[in-house]
Amino acid sequence: MVTPRTAWLFLAPALLVLALVAGWPLGRTIFFSLTDARLDALEEWRFLGLSNYAFLLTDPDWWGAVWVTLIFAVVSVSIETMLGLVIALTLNARMQGRGLVRAAMLVPWAIPTVVSAQMWAWMLHDQHGVVNAALLGMGVIAQPLAWTAEPGLALAAVIAVDVWKSTPFMALLTLAALQLVPNELYEAAKVDGLGPVGTFFRITLPLIWPALLVAILFRTMDALRVFDLMYVLTGNSRATASMSVHARQLLVDFQDVGYGSAAATMVALVVALVAVALVTLGRLRLSPAGRA
Amino acid sequence: MRRVAGRLGFAALVALILFYTLFPFYWAVVSSLKSGADLFLVEAWPRAPAWGNYAAVFQEQPFGRNILNSVFVAGTVVLVSLALAASAAFALARVSFRGRGLLLGTLLCVSMFPQVAVLSGLFELIRALGLYNNLLGLVLSYLIFTLPFTIWVLTAFLRELPLELEEAAAMDGATPFVTLTRIFLPLMAPAMVTTGLLAFIAAWNEFLFALTLTLTNEMRTVPVAIAMITGSSRYELPWGLIMAASVIVTVPLVLLVLVFQRRLVAGLTAGAVKG
Repeated sequence: MVTPRTAWLFLAPALLVLALVAGWPLGRTIFFSLTDARLDALEEWRFLGLSNYAFLLTDPDWWGAVWVTLIFAVVSVSIETMLGLVIALTLNARMQGRGLVRAAMLVPWAIPTVVSAQMWAWMLHDQHGVVNAALLGMGVIAQPLAWTAEPGLALAAVIAVDVWKSTPFMALLTLAALQLVPNELYEAAKVDGLGPVGTFFRITLPLIWPALLVAILFRTMDALRVFDLMYVLTGNSRATASMSVHARQLLVDFQDVGYGSAAATMVALVVALVAVALVTLGRLRLSPAGRA
Repeated sequence: MRRVAGRLGFAALVALILFYTLFPFYWAVVSSLKSGADLFLVEAWPRAPAWGNYAAVFQEQPFGRNILNSVFVAGTVVLVSLALAASAAFALARVSFRGRGLLLGTLLCVSMFPQVAVLSGLFELIRALGLYNNLLGLVLSYLIFTLPFTIWVLTAFLRELPLELEEAAAMDGATPFVTLTRIFLPLMAPAMVTTGLLAFIAAWNEFLFALTLTLTNEMRTVPVAIAMITGSSRYELPWGLIMAASVIVTVPLVLLVLVFQRRLVAGLTAGAVKG
């Protein structure tokens, strides 16, 4: 049998690499957040204490980014969960070509976010986009809408693209959970005279709930740290800048490593708080396994 | 009568799902085959499909180089991650020692961590190592997210294997290293393929680090290159070019996904179902 001492030997290479590429940089980011370091002169810093954080908490741009991110996460994850559930229930029915549909669902998930953002940016183009053309043709709108430029519409556009890209992930995880519900339970429900709605709420939903919650947790974490979608679709626009977009702008575009690191540390803090809240409220027990 | 209506309604629902999922990709293909003023006409299929955009992407941009960069970075990340993760997962799955649960929890946290939180520290580290604007710098930084998750999936897989395997190996006097490489590694091959593929897709699609840690066109990976394509003048809209580039990087992914779809779904769902 393998002894614990040997186990650590097998773990050491991976842990050393992670300490180097994750632990050390995180520590440095937190350290930088207490200084006035700049990107072009990282060595010349002055210790500032917590004043970057104090300033951050009074910065309306930061709070704007926090709100955008929270709205984005709540709205898109909610829609993805519902839509994913509907799609999973549809695909769970006996049908021909289910494998094919399931494979098609993987396409949006596998496409790089940057590519899906570009594809949608073109479809949502104010003058030549197919979405405006379709809506005009159906008479839903009277004149083309500037989806990615107008502040009110831009966040909706960003959410729509995220829903398109991530619903398949939700649907696949939900479908996998649905397929584990034993058939006898459905037969019993039929005998007891439960209708389709009753069966769903009394049998299906309680049984798939733990799996659904894990999927929601993963999606929420992804949504809270979102970067590429906004960056490509709407640039650094205030109306759609997420916390990550805002922090990177401070770090790289404004070269303000101290202040930007404070914002970046806060992103991690917000993500951690939401994760703890979800895990506690959902009474989740996580076992080692995969994620996207 | 009601049954027929029900089946028709069901078929319509499936068709709607497929349309929603696949239309943006279809529209990218259609747009990539148009050039000039045709691009601005909304029509289901181009009247005169042309491959001009596909040629232009390789002539006007270092796109071939960008693809090679992505292949190199994602491929190397997968190999390094799998090697380190196989060894770590062996310890985590087959040995009970103090702090194992805590370690697994920490790894999960690292995999959910916002990338931007390590950005400034990583920038400093990569520059200190002389790897700024270097593909190896990207390989190193991508291990942050590929390593925790490959360790998790392989640990889950290794836990399922029967204890007798190890007992038999120990009886024959095999060292732990021999047990891992001769007995477990061959059994892990299918899980390694799945995990490797998921890690490959994650590394292929990464944007934030690639954007921040590279400087020149020649060092960019595919997502950054696609985000940066601009026309020769401010007023030119290079949408045909962008769509061609998008289609080029998506087709291999779509093929991979179609070939390995069963495995991918199994790998993706391994966690959620057990959770």
